[in-house]
Parts: sequence; structure tokens; C-alpha cells
Amino acid sequence: MFLLRLLIRNAFRHRLRTVLTMVGLVVAISAFGLLRTIVDAWYAGAEASSSTRLITRSATSLSVPLPLSYAQRLRAIDGVTGISWSNWFGGIYVSERNFFPQFAVDGPGYLALYPEFVLKDDQRLAWLRDRQGVVVGRKLAAKFGWKLGDTIPLRGTIFAGTWSFTLRAIYEGADASVDENQMLMHWAYLNETLRARNRGRSSDFVGVYVIGIRDPANAALISQRIDAQFKNSLAETLTETEKAFQLGFVAMSEAILVALQAVSSIIVVIIMAVMANTMTMTARERLAEYATLKALGFSPGFVVRLLFGESLLIALIGGLAGLLLTLPLAAAFSGLAGTLFPVFRVSGTTMALQAGAALLVGMVAAAWPAWKMSRINIVAGLRNLA
Amino acid sequence: MAAVPLIYIARNLWVRRVTTLLTAAGMALVVFVFATVLMMSEGIRATLVATGQPDNVIVLRKGAGAEINSGISRSQAAVLETLPGIALGPLGGALVSKEPVVLNNLPKRGSGKPSNVTLRGTSATGLALRPQVRLAEGRMFKPGSSEVVAGRAVARGFEGVALGSVLRFAGRDWTVVGLLDAGRSGFDSEIWGDAEQIMQAFRRQSFSSVVFRLDDAGDFERVRQLVDDDPRLTLEAKREVRFYAEQSEALANFIGILGTSLAVIFSIGATVGATITMFGSVASRVGEIGTLRALGFRRGAVLGAFLGEALLLSLVGGLVGLAAASAMQSVDVSTTNFSTFSELAFQFTLTPAIALKALLFALAMGVIGGFVPAWRAARLKIVDCLRAA
Repeated sequence: MFLLRLLIRNAFRHRLRTVLTMVGLVVAISAFGLLRTIVDAWYAGAEASSSTRLITRSATSLSVPLPLSYAQRLRAIDGVTGISWSNWFGGIYVSERNFFPQFAVDGPGYLALYPEFVLKDDQRLAWLRDRQGVVVGRKLAAKFGWKLGDTIPLRGTIFAGTWSFTLRAIYEGADASVDENQMLMHWAYLNETLRARNRGRSSDFVGVYVIGIRDPANAALISQRIDAQFKNSLAETLTETEKAFQLGFVAMSEAILVALQAVSSIIVVIIMAVMANTMTMTARERLAEYATLKALGFSPGFVVRLLFGESLLIALIGGLAGLLLTLPLAAAFSGLAGTLFPVFRVSGTTMALQAGAALLVGMVAAAWPAWKMSRINIVAGLRNLA
Repeated sequence: MAAVPLIYIARNLWVRRVTTLLTAAGMALVVFVFATVLMMSEGIRATLVATGQPDNVIVLRKGAGAEINSGISRSQAAVLETLPGIALGPLGGALVSKEPVVLNNLPKRGSGKPSNVTLRGTSATGLALRPQVRLAEGRMFKPGSSEVVAGRAVARGFEGVALGSVLRFAGRDWTVVGLLDAGRSGFDSEIWGDAEQIMQAFRRQSFSSVVFRLDDAGDFERVRQLVDDDPRLTLEAKREVRFYAEQSEALANFIGILGTSLAVIFSIGATVGATITMFGSVASRVGEIGTLRALGFRRGAVLGAFLGEALLLSLVGGLVGLAAASAMQSVDVSTTNFSTFSELAFQFTLTPAIALKALLFALAMGVIGGFVPAWRAARLKIVDCLRAA
């Protein structure tokens, strides 16, 4: 108890310096948490993927479509329990800034494969009955203030022209990891419009097939079966688990992610330098005190404990404040970034890492001065007092 | 008014070496992050701006934004070819290139993960339209054959792309017969083949873009109007330079904004470090301050001395950070450009403007961090100071 009081008194002897150090810590620890959360958000799509879904796409690249006729052949493959397909629509709502993903899907099959999109029964029916209808996520509807029955115009980038859709249903995620920023429209509507427009050409094509399987353990086997089926055809396929498919997108921005991760470690190093500086100064000023303590019979270990305790105390208070600040900061950032990061949550791992980083900073900062102070010559130290 | 000599200020930093070093190191890291981020966004911009030619015009489907989203039918392309004002090549033919663009997955060197590479169908005219592109090795593909030439960055960054290697896509084997040096432009990240062969192999009915050179670059507005007014063409013409600048915008801005906000957050930490150091510097020299004042130096001189010390400290940090950042120029980076959905290789590019910004950023940290301690030092009373000594 006595030690703790001494520590607190010591820590706040230079109130301004301690407070400044803590401010630095708060900034660093909350920035560290925010950066990790941004990186996590990148992986959100992969995290939310289901192990019982496979994605089949063209082996050449995602921009090359597959023929609709594959649907029947895919359905006949052993182990496939459900099938649906989707096209990336890539429309713009009012301005480029309002980006959100839009998929033209085969409605009934798609909803069956994605049970995590929870719809009310009457809304589901209303959507399935209306060719021009769309389903949007709860967050997306809230962002633009859309209500059921509203007309939503989209300017097509891949499919030219202005398209208007009617909002028929709003889905909620079954848990927090589900992206509530998507829009689903009917693939049939897109296809028929294209067919009428292009006189039969460039219709009956789909972007990717989503395949449901019963047992995740068979994913590799079924993927091979599918790809073997279409080997040497005009449109060869590449089938992978939904997670691998999503991770493919993450890998595209790998350079940015690596940079973010490096930067989040750099900030911990910066704050370590600041904190070590504070502790070095503190120790230098208290040279005489430590000499006195030693002269009174306290062991070198006591002086070391004193320094470590003070450093850890400052680091933990600063770290805790930083940790608490991360949550409102993340909320504000998520609001600013809008639909760029559909799922933005500070994870438990991030918080644990933040606490760990604060602890590490406290330990490292005290190491050098503590080692030095434990070895001071009492006489030389006391001479400083005079 | 006499100022405190600079050597005195510099020596003070030297006396407290460890502390000075720690603080300067913190600042150097911040400046490093700040500068590299600016260099990255400048690198992307510079690469894509170098891709466009000032007198070239690119035509895409209206609203497409990127070549892969676009589609131009053969009849539309034929109309474009007859536009007035198009420059003629040395052989008398119009300098028009009708190009299909598709994305193709290739495994990246190192990680083996697939990434999208732009595959462009073109012709000899396509090469003539882009004077910055030249053959570095091998030869150009023969028209009407399954041969391709690859950009330098593709050969460097992707597995199995080298002179003489065979790529398998779209149900055919394609031989790499040459490597392109596109002078650090976006074409370094592309693979080029014969336009007709690529359209056949991918079963494409339409081109993605049509590129042509104008006789007179000032003619652009007239040509654009012609394209706009023609009811057969649901297309839009853009200056190539502007088109590629737009392609760089999303990614460059994203990196710029993310990086600058990071640097600002970091700078708070480093500024705090500078403040702590300067307070320490003031506290340990109270006696000296009193002596200086007693010798006749004014408050302003003391303020200037400590502020100068903070500035010098931040200048050291800034220079070290900038030096480290300039070393990054030799590093090649590549990432997926959101706008084109394909891989783009670029380099960190240091410009004088970025160097100046980084140094000003460092000095700003020094001024903000050093002002309060310097102010306090200047406000000390002579008597109190001397008593403390």
C-alpha cells in the first residue's frame, strides 16, 4: 500500500510532464486500435463467409462472365445442395461518393443460400413478386433514409443507362458480422432488359455462381468436380470456398494493408521513445533520492521496482484512457468512411493488443533508467544533493 | 537586441544526447510516415499521368469510367475512324487503335496469390500512339498470331511471365515474345496482344476503347462535340491525360487522406515528446537562464534561444526522416487500383514539394512543442533563477 502511494505521488510530481506523456499514450494507443480495426474491417467479408458456400467464377478473371446454361449442369453435380448466381451491378446512386455493393441475384435461391440475411415474410414475398423490386440492408436504408416503396434510381457503369428500382424489403444481419450495406435486385430483370436492348446478344450471362454444399469437409472435392466438369470448355471455371474468394479481394490491397500494419507498429515505437524519454529524465532528476534510499538500506531491487511501477502506472492509465477513447473514435471514423467499410467493429483481440502494447511501452521505457539507477554509486549520487 | 549564439543552442542539444536522440527519432518516424504516404500518392499519380499523351483522345461508352466497363461496337468504332482531325501515320493510315481490354488472373511472384492483370488487344498503330512505350527485349507480337508482349512490371511481379514463356488463358497458349519498357507508365503493368486474336479468344463482340491522335490538340472540343452529337454513338471522348488522371484519383486520394490523417495523429505524439524534452531542458538550466538574463540578454532572446533549440531538434528529426523516406524511392510497389480493378506497379516518388512539406511539418511540430516551454523560460524572474542555481 505504501509502495503504491509512493508511486502515485512520484508519478504526479511533475504533473505537466506526466499529463503530456499520458496524452501521447492516449493518442498512440487509440490510433493503434483504430488502425487495427481498419485492417480488420478489410477482412470482414472473409470473416462473415460461410464454410458451406462455394463460389464458381470464370478461370480467366471476375470480369469475364459465365453462361447461364451452367446452372443446370452445376445443379446436377454430386454434393451440390443449392445454387444461385449473381452479377455485380456497379451502379452509382446520385454521386460516386455513395458507393455501396449492388448484386443482381437469382432471388429465391440466393436468400436460401444466405440465411444470415433476415427478412420479414411479407417483405420477402413483396420483393419476390416485384421484378423491379430491391432488398437493401438496414444500415444502407438508414443512411439514405429509404423507406419501403421508395424509388431508387441508379446510374449504371457496367450496364449503361439509368435504372430505377422500388424498395420492397429491408434485411437485417443475423449477427454483427453481416454486411448490412448491400443491395440485391432481380437478375431476371437485368437480363430481360439487356436482352431487349441488345437484341439477344450479351444476355444470359452471370458473374459468379454461388453453390451451397452440406458438408464443409467436402468443399475441396466438390470444387474439383465442378472445375473438372467445365475443363476445356469455352468458359473454364475456378471454384473456391467463399472465404478464399473474399480473401482474394483482400489480397489485392495487400500493399496498403501491409503499410497500415507497419504504421500501427511504428506508432507504438514512437510512443515508446517518448515514454522512455520521460522516464530517463525522471530518473536523472531523482538521482539523489535514489542514492538516499539506498543509503537508508533499501535494496537496488526496491529502486528498480519504484521506477518500473511508476512507468507502468503512467502507461496503464494512458493506455486505459486510449482504449476507452477507441470506441467513440471508431464510431466517428465509421460514420465518416460511410459505406466504404460495411462492418466496423473494435474486436476483443484489438483491445487485448492495445492493453498489451501499453504494458510493453511501460516496461521498455523503464528498463534502461532502472538498470542504470540500480547501479548508481551511493556516494556519487549523494554528492548530487549538495 | 543581442540574440543567443546558435552554437550555444546546438551544444545544449549535444549535452543531452540520449534525450535529444529519442525525441528526434520519434519526430523522424513521423516525418518518414508523412513523406512516404505523400510519395506513394504522388507515385500513383505520376505513373498514370505519364500513361496519357496530351494529343491522344480516348473514347469509351458513356458513363463507363474505366475501360473494362466499356463497350464499343464495330460499327461505332468505324464511325469514330472517320472523324475529321485525326492524325495520319507515316504510312498514311489514320492513327486510330481499337482495343479490347480484359482482365486476366495471374499468380503474383512471392505470394502466389492471383491478381488481375490488364490484357490489351492492340496493333502496331497502338504502339505508335504511345511513344513512351518501347520494346526492351525480344520483338513485337506478329499480327494475327497468339503472341503477346508483357510490360516490365508484369514480368517482374508475376510468376511465369518471362521472355519465351507460355501463358495459358482463354483456351489457348500464348507465347511471350517481347518485354515492353513503358517508361514507368501504367502500360508497364499490362500485357499486349493482337486485338482481333484477343477478341476471338474471349468471344468478345465489341472493343473496350478507341484511342486516336489528333492532328492538332486544340481540336479536341470540336471532336468531343461531334461524338456527343452523333446519335449512333452513345460514347464519350476524353483527353487521354485527363482519363488517366481520373483513374489515379480514387486510389491516390484514398492513400493521401488515410496517410495524412495518420501523420497528423502521430504528430500529436511526437509534439508531446518535443514538449517534454524542452520542458526538461528548461528545468535543468534555470540557473543558466538567470545568468543569461543577468548578463543582459532580454526575455525575447531567451525565448528565441529555446524556440531555436526546439526547431533545431525538429529539423534534425525531419532531415533524418526525409533521408529514410528518400531511400524508399528504390522500392517498387504494386497494388490493385480500385478504378480499373487491376494491378498497378508504381514507385515512391519524391518531389521538391513533398520534401518541403515534410520539413515544414517537422518544423511545425518543433514550434508547437517548443513554444510553451520557451515561453515559460522567458517568463522566469532573474532573481528566482539565480537563487535556484
